[in-house]
Amino acid sequence: MRLTKPALAGLAIAGLVLTGCTTDAPADDQADTGDDQTSAEGDWFVQEDFDRQLAQRDVTPEGSADEPWLQAIEPEWVDTAAFAKEGGDATVCFSNASVSNPWRVTGWITMQQQVEVLQESGDIGEFRVSDAADDDNQQISDIQAFVDAGDCDTIIISPSTTATLTPAVQAACDSGVPVIVFDRGVNTDCAVTFIHPIGGYAYGADGAEFLVDNLEPGSTVLALRILPGVDVLENRWAAAEQIFNDSELDVLGFEFTEGDGATIKDIVTQYLQRGDVDGIWMDAGDGAVAALEAFEDAGKPYPVMVGEDELSFLRKWKETGITAIAPVYSNFQWRTPILAAVKILNGEEVPSEWVLPQDPITDADLDEYLERNADMPSLHYAKFGGEDLPGFPDAWQDR
Amino acid sequence: MRTTVSGITSRILSSNATVFVLLAVIFAVVFALNPGFAEPMSLMAFVKKAAPLILLAIGQYFVIVSGEFDLSVGSLVGAQVVIAALLIDGNESATLPVILLMFAGGIVVGLVNGLVTTLLKVPSIITTLGTMLVLYGAIRWLTGGAPTGSLSTAFRAAGRQGVDDVPLIGQLPWALLIVLVVGVGAVFLMRSPWGRTLIAVGDNDQAARFAGARVWWVKTAAFTLSGFLATGAGILIGGYAGVTAQVGEGMEFTAITAVVLGGVVLGGGRGWVVAAMAGALTVEALFTLFNQLSVPSTVRPAAQGLIIIAAVAYAAIDRARRARTVTETHPTPRHTDVATP
Amino acid sequence: MKPTSSTATARRAPLSTTTVVYLALLGILLVGGIVVAATGDTLFSNANLVDMLTRSSLLGFIAIGQTLVILCRSLDLSVGYVVALSSLVAATTMDGDPARIPLAMAAALGVAAVIGLVNGLVVTKLKVNAFIATLGVGLIVKGYLDTWYAGPAGEVAPAFQAFGYTRIGPLPLSAIVMVALAGAGIWFLHYTRTGHHMFAVGGDTDVARMSGVRTDRTVIVAHILCAVAAGVAGLLIASRFGTGSALVYDDGYDLESIAAVVLGGTYLLGGRGGIGGTLGGVFILATLDTVFNVLSVDPFIKDVLRGVIIIAAVAIYARRRLTRKPDRFGGHVDPPPRPAPGDGAEAAHVKGGVA
Repeated sequence: MRLTKPALAGLAIAGLVLTGCTTDAPADDQADTGDDQTSAEGDWFVQEDFDRQLAQRDVTPEGSADEPWLQAIEPEWVDTAAFAKEGGDATVCFSNASVSNPWRVTGWITMQQQVEVLQESGDIGEFRVSDAADDDNQQISDIQAFVDAGDCDTIIISPSTTATLTPAVQAACDSGVPVIVFDRGVNTDCAVTFIHPIGGYAYGADGAEFLVDNLEPGSTVLALRILPGVDVLENRWAAAEQIFNDSELDVLGFEFTEGDGATIKDIVTQYLQRGDVDGIWMDAGDGAVAALEAFEDAGKPYPVMVGEDELSFLRKWKETGITAIAPVYSNFQWRTPILAAVKILNGEEVPSEWVLPQDPITDADLDEYLERNADMPSLHYAKFGGEDLPGFPDAWQDR
Repeated sequence: MRTTVSGITSRILSSNATVFVLLAVIFAVVFALNPGFAEPMSLMAFVKKAAPLILLAIGQYFVIVSGEFDLSVGSLVGAQVVIAALLIDGNESATLPVILLMFAGGIVVGLVNGLVTTLLKVPSIITTLGTMLVLYGAIRWLTGGAPTGSLSTAFRAAGRQGVDDVPLIGQLPWALLIVLVVGVGAVFLMRSPWGRTLIAVGDNDQAARFAGARVWWVKTAAFTLSGFLATGAGILIGGYAGVTAQVGEGMEFTAITAVVLGGVVLGGGRGWVVAAMAGALTVEALFTLFNQLSVPSTVRPAAQGLIIIAAVAYAAIDRARRARTVTETHPTPRHTDVATP
Repeated sequence: MKPTSSTATARRAPLSTTTVVYLALLGILLVGGIVVAATGDTLFSNANLVDMLTRSSLLGFIAIGQTLVILCRSLDLSVGYVVALSSLVAATTMDGDPARIPLAMAAALGVAAVIGLVNGLVVTKLKVNAFIATLGVGLIVKGYLDTWYAGPAGEVAPAFQAFGYTRIGPLPLSAIVMVALAGAGIWFLHYTRTGHHMFAVGGDTDVARMSGVRTDRTVIVAHILCAVAAGVAGLLIASRFGTGSALVYDDGYDLESIAAVVLGGTYLLGGRGGIGGTLGGVFILATLDTVFNVLSVDPFIKDVLRGVIIIAAVAIYARRRLTRKPDRFGGHVDPPPRPAPGDGAEAAHVKGGVA
C-alpha cells in the first residue's frame, strides 16, 4: 500500500471535514431546548430530583445552625441499635476516592482533625484509610480489602464514581458492617446513611439564577466546566442549562477546562476577542481568578461572576468589587461521616439520607467569611466548618 | 535531473514545510472566521498563551533530536509553579531568589534525567516517567495535595505583562521577547559544534562515539537544557494564569506532539529547531481554531488526533519517497543536510 | 553460527533476566513482609493476597498485550482508551441480559481489535512513529467517548460480574484468567511462527525483512493482539463496575503498562524479553501497592517510591546487560526463544539487543 501525497492530503482534509461534520450535530442539539436530547443530556437531567433539590434550598434544616455539619434537611431517622458496640475504641475504616483537588484536600484535613478529637475521647481507636487516587478499580479493591480484613467496625466510603462503585458498596453492606457513604452517592440505598449536601442541581441553579437575576435579557453568558461525565458536575450543568433555556440570556457555549488556569484564561480571552461576555457560569470555582484576569488583560469590564467558596476567588471578589455569587458544595460534610460513625456505633439514630444545608456565599456574608478565613491559604474553602476543632488554624495552614 | 544542491534545498523545504503550511492554513482560517484575531492585541494575547509551550518544545527538541524522550517536563512545570507560590507567598522581595532557585532545581532535574539515562543506561522514557512520578508525588506530598501560597506581581510580570505603549501593537509581551531570545539562541546552539554533535549522536550514537563524541555528556546537556527551559515555561505559565492545582498536567505529551508535528523524528538525528517551535505554535493555533469554529469540547481530542496523525504521516511518507530518490542520485548521510538550515 | 540456549547454559549460565525479575519480586515480597510484620500486621493474610492478585489482573491483561508490541519495537499509548471503550461496548451491548453475554464480549473484543488494526496500519503503512500514532488514535477514541458517553453507561448481567468477583480460595477468577492468557501468550511467542517473527522484527526490522519475515504484518498482528488484551481488561472493568465507564482512561494504564513491561525485563527497543517477565513486573507493582496500602502510606509518597523503584530496577537490569556484553553477540536472548529452523528466529539471535 503506497499512499501518494495528494491522497494523504485528501485524507487529512476529509478528516477535517468529517470532524467538522460530526461536530455540528451535537452542537445543534445543545442549542435546542432541554428535553429531547442526546444520551448525554437525557441521562443527567431528572426533573424530579431537580425540583426536589431546588425546593430543599428553602427548607429550614433540623439542628443547630452553629453546627451545620450536624444539621439535616427533612431527615427520616433510622434505628441503629443493631450496630451498637460497647466500649468505644472502634476501628473506623475509610475508603477515600482521592485527595486530588483542593476541595478534597481541605475536607480531608477537617476529617482528620475530627477523628483526632474522637480518638482522644476514646470513641475511635484505629482510623484506617485507603486512598484510591481517583481510580475506580483501585477503590473497589480497597473496599474489598476492608471487608476481607474483617475487623472494621464501620466502613466510610467516599465513592469516586456513582455507578461504578455500586457493586463494591453493596458487597460492603452485605458483610454486615455498617456502611456510611458521603459526597457522591451510589445506586443502592443499602448504606446506613448517605451523607451529602443538597446536591448538584441546587449548586448549578444557585449560580444560574443569580445570572438571570443580575443580567439584562439578551446578555451573553459563557459556561466553563471541568470535565464531562462526572455525575455531580453534570447535574450542576444540567440544572443551569435548564434555567438558562427558560431565560432570555444568550449562552455563548460551554467549554471543558479541566480546571486549569491557563486553559481558562485562554478560552475566556478568545471569547472576548469575538465579542462581549456579560456573565460567567462555572461548575466549580477552580480557576475563577484566571477567568477574571482575562477580562483585566483584555481591558474589558468585569462580568457577573459565578465562582465557588474558594478563598482565592472570594478575595478577588472583594478586591475588585464585582457582582458575584459563590455557590457552595458544603465542604464541612467531611466532618459528618465521622460523627455519624460514632453515633451509629453508639446505637443512636441517624437520618437514612442525611441532607446537609448548602447555602451560597453572597455579597451579604462575603466579609464575614473572608474575616473568618483571613489566615487561610488561597486554595482553602471558606465553608470548611472546622473552626471549633482543636487543630484550628494550624492544621489547615501548614498542609 | 536534480542537482545535489537543489535536491538538498528541496529536502530542507519539504521536510520542514508541512508544519509551516499547516500553520499558515490554520491562521488563514482563523483570520477569515474572525478578522478581530488579526488585530495586534489578539495576536499578542495568543503569543502569551503559546509562549510556555514553545519553550517546552525547544527543550524537548534538544532531547528528541538526541534520540531520547523527556516525559518529566509537565510535572516539572507544575512542581516549579507550586514551589514558587509556596516560597514566595506574595512576598515581592522573594521573587528573584526564588526564580534563581527554580532554575537551579530545573537544571538538577535535567541532570538527573540525563545522567540516569546515559550512565545507568535506563531508557529515557522510563527515567523521565520515573522523575515525572517522583515530582508529581513529592510536590503534592509537600503541599498536602493542593498548592498553598501565592505568586508575587513581579513574578507574574514575565508571563502576563510587557513593554507598554509600543506603537502599532500596544503592548509588547515579555513572553514574546523571551521566546525570541531563546529561539535565536537555540538556532545558534544547533549550529555550534555541540549542536552538530547532538544530531550526530541522535542519528547514530555508536558512530558518533567512534568519531570521538562524548555521547553521555552531549545527551545529559540536552536533558539539562530541557529542565532549564521547562523552568522558563513554568515561570511564563505561572505568570500567565497564576497557580492552580492542575498547572502543567499533560504538557509533556503536548510538547512532544508539537516537536513531532514540526517534523522532528522520534528516535533522533533529524529535525530543525525552528520547525519544532512552529510545531508548538501550530498546536496552540489548532486549539484556537477549534474554539473559533465552536467545535464542541468533547470532539476536539478526536480532531486533534486525526490532524496529528495525518500531518506526521504526510511528512514521513514524503521523507521516505525523497530518501529513495536522493539515495539513488547522491547517497549522503541522512542527517547532515537536513539538520542545518 | 547457530547458537542455541544450551550453549549459553553450558557456559556457566548467568541468570536470565526473567529469573532476576522473579528474584526481585521475591525480594520485594520478603522486605514488604518484614516491614508489614514490624507494624504488627501480616502481608500474607488471605485478604492481602486476594488484594494483590486482584490488583495485578487488570494491569496484567494490558501489560501482556503491551509486551507484544514492545517486542516488535513499537508501543501502544491508546490502551487506556481501548479499555474504556471496550467496557462501554460490553456493558451497553449486554444491557443486563445474560443471554447477550457472548455477543457483548465478541462486540467489545471486536471493536478493540479494529482499533488495534488501525494502530498497526498507521504505524506500518503510514510510517507514523508508534508513540504519535497510538497517542493520536487514543485521542480520536477519547473524542468519541467524551462525545457519546457522558458518564457510565449500560449494565452488565449479574452473571457476568462473576468474572470480576468470583474467587477460588484466595485466587480471584480474573487473576486465573490473566495468568492463563499470559501462558497462552508465552506459548504464542515461543511456538508459533508469528511469535518468533516478533522477536526478529524487534531485533532488527531490516534484517528480518531480508530473511523473509513479513514485518508489517507481524507488527499489525502485535497491535491487534495488544488491543484485544486491553479489550479483555475492559471486560474485567465492566464486570467489576457493573457498567461501562469512559473515565477509566484517566487512570494512567498506558504508562503503567509500559513500566510493568520494562520492569519485567523486556527491552524497550524491542527484540528481547517476554511475557513471563512482564507477569513478574506486574506482580512487583501490585505487591508494592498492597504493601503501601497495608502500611497506609500517603498516596503521594506512593508515587515518589514507585518512580524511584522503577528507575532503580531498570538501572539494575541495564547494568547486568552491560556487564554481559559479549553474550549479546554470542547470540543469547533472554528468554531464549526456541530456534525453529528457517522461520526467521535466527535474525533475533544475531541481532537481538543491538542498541
